[in-house]
Amino acid sequence: MLSRRNPQLNRHGELIHLLSIEGLPKAVLTQILDTAGTFLSVNDRDVKKVPLLRGKSVFNLFFENSTRTRTTFEIAAKRLSADVINLDIARSSTAKGESLLDTIANLSAMHADMFVVRHSESGAPYLIAEHCAPHVHVINAGDGRHAHPTQALLDMYTIRHFKGDFTPLTVAIVGDIVHSRVARSDIHALTTLGVPEIRAVGPKTLVPGDLREMGVRVCHDMAEGIRGADVIIMLRLQNERMSGAMLPSAGEFFKHFGLTADKLALAKPDAIVMHPGPINRGVEIDSSVADGTHSVILPQVTFGIAVRMAVMSTIAGNEA
Amino acid sequence: MSSPTTLNLDAEALYASLRGGVRSLLGGSPDVALVGIWSGGAWLAARLHADLGLTGEPGVISSALHRDDFSERGMAAGGGATKLPFAIDGQRILLIDDVLYTGRTIRAAINELYDFGRPASVALAVLVDRGGRELPIEPAFAAARIALAPAQRLSLARADDGRFSFAVEEEGN
Amino acid sequence: MKLVIRGGRLIDPVSGLDRIGDLAIAGGRVVALGEVNRDFTPERTIDAAGLVVAPGLVDLAARLREPGYEHEGMLESELAAAAAGGVTSLVCLPDTDPPLDEPGLVEMLKFRARTLSRCRLFPLGALTRGLAGETLTEMAELTEAGCVGFSQADTPIVNTLTLQRALQYAATFGYAVWLRPQDAWLGGGVAASGAVATRLGLSGVPAAAETIALHTIFELVRATGARVHLCRLSSAAGVELLRRAKAEGLPVTADVSINSLHLTDLDIGFFNAAMRVTPPLRQQRDRDALRAALADGTIDALVSDHTPVSSDEKTLPFGEAAPGATGLELLLGLALAWGESLKLTLAQTLSRITSEPVRVLGPAIGSLGNSAGRLVEGGVADVCLFDPAARWAVSADALVSQGKHTPFAFEVSGFELAGRVHTTLVAGGVAFERSNG
Repeated sequence: MLSRRNPQLNRHGELIHLLSIEGLPKAVLTQILDTAGTFLSVNDRDVKKVPLLRGKSVFNLFFENSTRTRTTFEIAAKRLSADVINLDIARSSTAKGESLLDTIANLSAMHADMFVVRHSESGAPYLIAEHCAPHVHVINAGDGRHAHPTQALLDMYTIRHFKGDFTPLTVAIVGDIVHSRVARSDIHALTTLGVPEIRAVGPKTLVPGDLREMGVRVCHDMAEGIRGADVIIMLRLQNERMSGAMLPSAGEFFKHFGLTADKLALAKPDAIVMHPGPINRGVEIDSSVADGTHSVILPQVTFGIAVRMAVMSTIAGNEA
Repeated sequence: MSSPTTLNLDAEALYASLRGGVRSLLGGSPDVALVGIWSGGAWLAARLHADLGLTGEPGVISSALHRDDFSERGMAAGGGATKLPFAIDGQRILLIDDVLYTGRTIRAAINELYDFGRPASVALAVLVDRGGRELPIEPAFAAARIALAPAQRLSLARADDGRFSFAVEEEGN
Repeated sequence: MKLVIRGGRLIDPVSGLDRIGDLAIAGGRVVALGEVNRDFTPERTIDAAGLVVAPGLVDLAARLREPGYEHEGMLESELAAAAAGGVTSLVCLPDTDPPLDEPGLVEMLKFRARTLSRCRLFPLGALTRGLAGETLTEMAELTEAGCVGFSQADTPIVNTLTLQRALQYAATFGYAVWLRPQDAWLGGGVAASGAVATRLGLSGVPAAAETIALHTIFELVRATGARVHLCRLSSAAGVELLRRAKAEGLPVTADVSINSLHLTDLDIGFFNAAMRVTPPLRQQRDRDALRAALADGTIDALVSDHTPVSSDEKTLPFGEAAPGATGLELLLGLALAWGESLKLTLAQTLSRITSEPVRVLGPAIGSLGNSAGRLVEGGVADVCLFDPAARWAVSADALVSQGKHTPFAFEVSGFELAGRVHTTLVAGGVAFERSNG
């Protein structure tokens, strides 16, 4: 069958949409990380605004609720001087009859320049990118279980900030990986940037064997998974998973796969602990660790704004 | 592209002239800060700062975040980073750049400067003014005034030993 | 009407007939095959030089979307699509709205199809009322109304006791039960389990969903002696189980869809909803096993699995898009492509879409079974004339069906299909002829 060009890149190989980390060359990722560094310094100035996106309209289309992520995108867009419009399209209102593509067409008629999309179905941003007007850029803020590319980029920025070189690192991702778009994007980014050992840690119901196909080492024992790690990424355990057919209880999960101080002692002494947030204290991570010296969870949030500014400005400057 | 020509531009000689001009502009007052525009201006400001025995450090300013051609050129890689190791509020600033042409880079640099505070005054000294202004911007001092065809690009180079030289390129593409 | 088809390559998959010759038709029957008597005066002559004269195709799985889903396809358009695809007999699924669980509905459907004279219609009746998997339908009444078998379409019966009873009841009368081997609980995903589904974050359907259902079905066949036709095999593991069941002598047959025969999960690409079909597209190994099984007879027939879906229901994120693809007009070309790649003879290839499906239908279609899917003197004049060399690009304009969505669309696949239907005859009448252009 015909292979199609990656819809994220234009003819010149420049980024016009950010839908997934998959298929993005290392140079593209590195350029975004470098640009993010510049924006980090902007956030320290008195005037935290630059005019790069002035006159542009950024529409936040959140088909799945998330105040946190939406807020960081809004701040990032405003710091680039863009106009931001928030559309909370809860699933029920789409069920009222307007199809996804009708919504997009209507919004395009309102002269949107950029859509930031979060949707519960894997692949939805691809459909949107395919059907919106050619000059409109799409950023995926999370689609189903598939991808959360801006989160992965800020995670990579964090790792680069604290560890420098990716090539000698061992990174452990712990928790509900099979349902996690953050985990998938992190795995692609880490692989592309040259991390040699990536471990997926969790019970078999949440970390099935198929994950090996993505280039990770699957560990069903927390100690084995954490031992000697330079970076530990803890994933949020969602409420739906905690009781029922996948896991018996949050308590049992915490006992075997929660990150406590003594488990952390198995990692390298200068290991960093990351979490995409919001954290469930006492479920995937102990408070002492979340608030401790290894934790870089708060810096992740700061980096998140700069990284999103970098993504938006990079994309906005490239023509379809 | 044609091979680089010097067009009778001796960068080192012009630098000596610039140094003299800047010394006059500073007029012995200690409270004017030098800020070089990345990259050529920053090299000049660094050497001027050392040669004139000024205290502290010169600032570096990047015009990347305030350029007016973002929609056409996009986010160019490696535009340098602004580094201003002193307060801008109430400060007298002398901007240094290598080549002054349309004036748009200076406009962007001034906008960038204003993100950090309100300077008392901003003056400009350049190595070469090649005319062709598109904005109302004039240097207080220029070591040379020349004319070039629009397709020609003039840029400053710095050798490993710190010596300056000029390169002229035809824009082929 | 008296008709002569001149100079075509006559192929009958059963007798081995494969020669250039003439075919004469009168009174809806084939009256001469090979050489036609000089004093036979036809009202019409069709020049078949360069064309293959084959039996009309028999498709064991097509959805016509009537009654109930008229926005997806009307009987007129879909039967016209069948004729354009060279299909002269078609088995349709009972998952209409309302489902075909009442004799009146079946009679109405058969009546409407007859008046359109495009294609013979053989409906499958619902195995349980409303397809709900609880109470049995009046199978004898439905058979009298014209049903050729009983099916649950894509809604498996969860209660094994009910399934056993349904098979026992059908076995009483010798009726065939057509079942899709799909475990209700494991079969809920939108893509086949594997590297692609994992990477794309799509819920997976493991091969075990098929093999567990097959094990259950085979056990119940052993216990009840019911005749079962397995619909849409999709995995190598499933093929293996089927092979062993046939070797054991169980009264089972099976089919595979054009989609599973040619595509794999990699074709999903960037979440292309045209690839959302059920059963889901599996991996290379599965495709190879299915292709070999159709060749060696383990799988008996190739079907179009024609399921027209409207654009509104397809242009949605992958997991939300309605599964299904148009297929009636692609059956011939895709069968030829398969046969070509396995180096089969034209007769062997065609048998999988003509005589073999008729064998699967068996006694259910009565005396028609003596000649449908074949070219025989005295037999029904259901004929498909096609140009094996003509290539065409599958596009919305080229399709007659109201279902325009197909994974084989030229803009996606980049290749043209070889094999274009020239004329289709049903009972000696012209059901379709391609206008030159």
